[in-house]
Amino acid sequence: MAIRVQVAAFDPGAEVNALHAANLGVGAVVSFVGYVRDFNDGREVAGMFLEHAAGMTEKALAKIVVEAQQRWPLLNLEVLHRVGALEPGEPIVFVGVASAHRQAAFDACAFVMDYLKTRAPFWKKEQTADGPRWVEGRSSDEAAADRWA
Amino acid sequence: MKITVHFFARYREALDLDSLLVEGPFTSVEQLRQDLLRGGEEWQVLAEPNLMCARNQELCKLDEPLNDGDEVAFFPPVTGG
Repeated sequence: MAIRVQVAAFDPGAEVNALHAANLGVGAVVSFVGYVRDFNDGREVAGMFLEHAAGMTEKALAKIVVEAQQRWPLLNLEVLHRVGALEPGEPIVFVGVASAHRQAAFDACAFVMDYLKTRAPFWKKEQTADGPRWVEGRSSDEAAADRWA
Repeated sequence: MKITVHFFARYREALDLDSLLVEGPFTSVEQLRQDLLRGGEEWQVLAEPNLMCARNQELCKLDEPLNDGDEVAFFPPVTGG
């Protein structure tokens, strides 16, 4: 299990490979990669800055990981989230889940992303032609997280 | 009692403040928030209905009780991922 909050870029393929390399009991790996888009909410986005709350962010992610482990029989789980300046096209978040069979991995991956979206302290500030703007929270993200309650 | 209050993202910018030390008594996060709201116009950002808060680096609700030395954070809805 690993939680990483980092400025540095990462290779999603390498992260997926690492999730099963250490355990031949892994029969399924499900991963999610989130990317920075070049358009959002009616405006072109030239880049963004990811703010986090050092300490609190890692704690919040750890709590989500522990809850996923309690709900599903997981063999490995990695959450990686970048912070700082990011450009369109760059990977911003990676969640990878390894288990013996596919269903636990599918469900746990969706769960971790839904909870990360609504409970992990990260804030996006987009650079647009009209200047910088903070991304607003979405009620659809709340609804997605509520389905696991 | 002494409480350290942190602000993040849009709230940090609106207040032009990362953190401050306040002297209580405060029985809850809500009571602390009400006290800050009396500070003037710029503090009204903390009146937003979807405000989030944390006590000692864990998300909490506004009725969370406070103890001397606690750390409280106020921030807008999170937008990571």
